[in-house]
Amino acid sequence: MQPLRLPAILPHPILNGMPKKSSSTSPTHQTISGRIWKYGDDINTDVIFPGKYTYTLREPEEMAAHALEDLDPGFASAVQPGDVIVAGRNFGNGSSREQAVTCLRAAGIEAIVAVSFGRIYYRNAINNGLLAIVCPQAVESAEQGQSIQIDPHAHIIIISDQEIEFPALSQTAQKILSAGGLIPYVKQSLKSTAGSTG
Amino acid sequence: MTTNETFAQKALARSAGLRHVQTGQVVDVRPDRILSHDNTAAIARIFAEFGLERVVDPDRLAITLDHAAPPPTPLHAQNHAEVRAFVKTNGVRHFFEVGRGICHQVLSEEALVLPGQLILGADSHSTHFGWLGAFGAGIGRSEVAALWATGELWLRVPESIRIVLEGRLSEGVTSKDLTLHLVGSLGAAGGLYKSVEFTGPGLETLSLESRMVLPNMMAEIGAKNAYLPPDNAVFDWIANRLSARTGVPLATCREEVESGTIYPDHDAQYTNEITFDLSTIEVQVACPHKVDNVQPISAVAGIRVDQAFIGTCTNGRLEDIAAAAEIVKEKHVATGTRLLIIPASSAVLLDATELGYVTTLLKAGAVFGPPGCGPCMGNHLGVPAPGEVCISSANRNFKGRMGEPEAEIYLASPAVVAASAIAGHITAPNPKRHA
Repeated sequence: MQPLRLPAILPHPILNGMPKKSSSTSPTHQTISGRIWKYGDDINTDVIFPGKYTYTLREPEEMAAHALEDLDPGFASAVQPGDVIVAGRNFGNGSSREQAVTCLRAAGIEAIVAVSFGRIYYRNAINNGLLAIVCPQAVESAEQGQSIQIDPHAHIIIISDQEIEFPALSQTAQKILSAGGLIPYVKQSLKSTAGSTG
Repeated sequence: MTTNETFAQKALARSAGLRHVQTGQVVDVRPDRILSHDNTAAIARIFAEFGLERVVDPDRLAITLDHAAPPPTPLHAQNHAEVRAFVKTNGVRHFFEVGRGICHQVLSEEALVLPGQLILGADSHSTHFGWLGAFGAGIGRSEVAALWATGELWLRVPESIRIVLEGRLSEGVTSKDLTLHLVGSLGAAGGLYKSVEFTGPGLETLSLESRMVLPNMMAEIGAKNAYLPPDNAVFDWIANRLSARTGVPLATCREEVESGTIYPDHDAQYTNEITFDLSTIEVQVACPHKVDNVQPISAVAGIRVDQAFIGTCTNGRLEDIAAAAEIVKEKHVATGTRLLIIPASSAVLLDATELGYVTTLLKAGAVFGPPGCGPCMGNHLGVPAPGEVCISSANRNFKGRMGEPEAEIYLASPAVVAASAIAGHITAPNPKRHA
């Protein structure tokens, strides 16, 4: 049994439980266009989404209101759909709490570009349909408030007319992102397993 | 034939049902144990989206109520009620109620993870289980829901770092100091995506409880998992508990525990190898607001302490409480300072009570909280006020970690925390020697 392997890449994702603030339906299929929120190294999950809210806030919109609360208190009220976080090394280190992804996704963040990611954070991002791009060159070029475009198909980031290529995601990550996240991916896989075994 | 394989390669090959795996290969693994805690209710809501009646294999699940336990608010209480409903519906046998203790401590005490096994947990400190030679890694809530539905998950086989421990710790220096030194030296991304595999003669000089601190805090350098090669002391510890839980004769348990053990090959390929001489390690403190902001205690000695906290999956065990009792004996916590002690499990609390440590600590003015995570991530039971300083035996000091962004958290050994509570400021257990 290999339930997490899918035969085909599914074209249409439905972002699971996310408010549709953005016109974009999939981070893997449409160009992302927004402003840059620039942060430094080792931005941990406690400052992205404080632990004291982990068992009381349930709705993505509620989580979004507290996103980056202890790092950048102005973020939650000013962020706009399509915006992109650009950060240094080890973004999202610390706790495994998935709300640290959910809250940014619900706030309208379409992608995070970083020098590197905390490993659980990286998985959580992909699993929630949030594009996580490792691209140190783009991080070096990016400044707070600049406009940024990302073409996930062509693997290109555009900052101030400068085109920067980034490496393609792993096949597994691409498949999960294409499905719209891990949950729709597993749903499809369960369906196909049930179909093949009758 | 030699295979040159690391622990990570061998352990993931086993879990994927393959003979060999390469570093960088993505494999579908079948974990022996799937851990969740108070977050089980949120995972159950995700799982409900699959439309499945039950989880595929409820006996592989282990669930503790520890992160906000007992519940501080009606919302937390409702969360626990949802966990209990899930446990009942799915027939989860390995469920541990409020007060039993912290997931990593309880699953160790219950021998629910054995050497060589794979445990995936919805908790970043799942690296803890490396203390007994298991592969433990943290995953997200959605991934646990997927595991409940399918039993499998993809993992990338990590590159490995080898850390060689030589020598013996000086008197007054603990494995927490060693671990903080290591985190400070390697940095918060120093083990990113890696399997951190310990070896060397220094390991056997550490007690089992001391060893647990090392893999627990390798999460703080970004590691995927950590590994200590298990020895007879580990086999005996686990076998005794496995026999107690299952009723299977001790000798049989001992054989089973040892049979699954995995050791890396002597010529395994590591990306780098670092040697630490334990005899050179000093008493260490991690300063606000980063775990890798590590200083010798002399750099911060004298800083006023409002709250001193001993507990968590990192340092809430019997030897930690014993060390604190030894230091506070016939003394009293300083005026203006609180000493808060939260044992990692009910077993720890019972032992500490029977051995008289609880009495000693209470007489010195300490306050005890119920076994669990306590204020570690800011839910309850000792949240600091704005501007306060907390010295803690926990694993994280990020801004806002304990619930208040304007508080300052210093991380240290239980001995340093206890000594600081008595002094009212940060100090080493024996100032003559260390400060």
